Amino acid sequence: MTEPVSMAGALNAALADALSDDPRVLVFGEDVGALGGVFRITDGLAAKFGDERVFDTPLAESGIVGTAIGMAMNGLVPVVEMQFDAFAYPAFEQITSHLAKLRNRTRGRVGLPVVVRVPYGGGIGGVEHHSDSSEAYYTHTPGLRVVTPGTPADAYRLLRQAIACPDPVIFLEPKRRYWAKETAVLSADGPAIDRAVVRRTGNDVTLIAYGGTVATALEAAEAAVEEDWDVEVVDLRSLSPFDDETVTASVRRTGRVVVVHEASRFTGYGAEVVARLQEQCFHYLQAPILRVAGLDIPYPPPKLEQHHLPTVDRILDAVARLQWDDNA
Amino acid sequence: MTTLDALLPTAEPLGLIDAEGNALGGDLPPDEILLELYRRMVVGRRFDAQATALTKQGRLAVYPSSRGQEACQIGAVLAMREQDWLFPTYRDSVAIVSRAVPPAEVLSLLRGEWHCGYDPHAHRVAPQCTPLATNTLHAVGLAHAARLKGEDTVAVVLLGDGATSEGDTHEALNFAAVWKAPVVFLVQNNGYAISVPLSKQTAAPSLAYKGVGYGMRSMLVDGNDAAMVYTAVKQAIASDGPTLIEALTYRIEAHTNADDATRYRPSDEVQRWLGRDPIARLETYLRARRLLDDAAAERLTAEAEERAAAVREEMNRDVEVDPAELFAHVYATPTPALVAQRKELES
Ligand SMILES: Cc1ncc(C[n+]2csc(CCOP(=O)(O)OP(=O)(O)O)c2C)c(N)n1
Ligand SMILES: [Mg+2]
Repeated sequence: MTEPVSMAGALNAALADALSDDPRVLVFGEDVGALGGVFRITDGLAAKFGDERVFDTPLAESGIVGTAIGMAMNGLVPVVEMQFDAFAYPAFEQITSHLAKLRNRTRGRVGLPVVVRVPYGGGIGGVEHHSDSSEAYYTHTPGLRVVTPGTPADAYRLLRQAIACPDPVIFLEPKRRYWAKETAVLSADGPAIDRAVVRRTGNDVTLIAYGGTVATALEAAEAAVEEDWDVEVVDLRSLSPFDDETVTASVRRTGRVVVVHEASRFTGYGAEVVARLQEQCFHYLQAPILRVAGLDIPYPPPKLEQHHLPTVDRILDAVARLQWDDNA
Repeated sequence: MTTLDALLPTAEPLGLIDAEGNALGGDLPPDEILLELYRRMVVGRRFDAQATALTKQGRLAVYPSSRGQEACQIGAVLAMREQDWLFPTYRDSVAIVSRAVPPAEVLSLLRGEWHCGYDPHAHRVAPQCTPLATNTLHAVGLAHAARLKGEDTVAVVLLGDGATSEGDTHEALNFAAVWKAPVVFLVQNNGYAISVPLSKQTAAPSLAYKGVGYGMRSMLVDGNDAAMVYTAVKQAIASDGPTLIEALTYRIEAHTNADDATRYRPSDEVQRWLGRDPIARLETYLRARRLLDDAAAERLTAEAEERAAAVREEMNRDVEVDPAELFAHVYATPTPALVAQRKELES
């Protein structure tokens, strides 16, 4: 019997299994020990694996990532937790100047298999500084891999793959999906760390989503059935590198695309997706590619966040604007 | 709880040999160590001068000289054991060469290549670090990992007075103290961060006090006294947990060959520090003890010249740079997009 599992539970299982399988793996950050993390992702791990492998650090994010770099130089595999998206910014210099570059600066001699876990995005009624979608800061940095799961089973798979990966990985956890459950067998096998997957097949339009918006896009695809649109949903999983093969194959088939993300639209991650697709699929497109994204404002307060987050209605509105009549 | 007294630095810098070459009465390292300190400082200074000369010939993009800081550069490295790791900055080429990294490899970055030149694991020397103070955290992480793995490895990290104002320095001191990580923080206080004097950097009576607040043993030493720096670093390596050492020294040259130091410091200040030269004082001491004579000094000068000539010759050779390699090490395996960009560049 497989029990329904939440994304939080799947991430916890992935950490536990990685700690069991590989003695080089360490888990550390703020409150990850006795408390099990503010989102309980590391629940029970310190008790099970001891405080030399799972431990609380002093409260300093640059310190956490900077020391993880030194530990990786000495053969360990650190998996560190940033408490919230916006609280990872103090570590930005260590991430962009060192974590991303050391392999290159040493001509491949010193790789850094470090995973930086970042709970990100909104939708949980967080107060300011607790809801940022910070993916583009990281995807703009060569040398980093940036991944984000959309489902519990994929959260397990991607985290195991990230920990096994020889490159540094920014692992973005869509915190509003932590508690959604899915009945699934947890396994690291399946699509590789750098592949996108088609979550729902359809022939008329491709919705491209990732992290927290995968579930929203799937919901929109179901609702679209009523309008007689046969909607395909691609879950990117890997934001960097970008899986051109899977995405362009879908787009060439459907000819219509909407990119959905929570982050602000202006120079957001969707801009890169749109640019790549028009470069590679121009002659297959039946309509301009549209984006459904967050507003270009600092993340709004809990009472107003529903206006910022992509909703099923906003996605369907965008689908409706894909110049269907021109084709009739 | 450690008592405060055990952590505090002395009010006056500790020293073993004064600026005039007189022994001050403390326990000196063995004679062969003193001779080796002297030998390496002479060779190091000649290398440093050679590197500066190479910038004038367009062979190096830039070079930050450590002339005047040889006691720190050499004292620290000679005190280190093979299993220890060095975390240097851009200022510390002489230290790295002294740790037997081939000079041409050390100068790769400064000659304008895209990588650090040497294999960090082979020499246990991290790449020269330019983002100030960031290397302090790498040292703490590496040392903590060594402890977890049961290895007897100490990380020695070099930083400047300016770098002590950066947040990473404070996070590193704190992490190291909390974790009891075997790290030696050697602050080469050369009085300036480019043009900014120490008085604008800190209000603390000594940079060594910065360790005490974190619960770390801290020392203040004469950074132009090679015997003292060697002894302090050696003690710190042998002791449990981390140590902060502030070494008072002076940068005789400008910040780099591209800097004009006359804009921010008086020449009589430089003259004063020339009188506290680390090499001259040790030479005076060694000659007085008859451990060094003219013949030995001449042999050493010849050795330094020979090594400098070898560096010159190697650096005058053009290196083939293959732009295709720019894509090779961004990730463990080049991504399809990087492979495509490489092919675009090649065609
Ligand atoms: C984070 C950061 N800020 C600024 C610089 C530019 N910079 C390079 S060296 C330097 C002065 C550093 O002074 P100090 O730490 O005393 O070392 P020194 O150069 O005297 O050896 C500055 C400001 C830098 N490299 N890194
Ligand atoms: Mg300085």
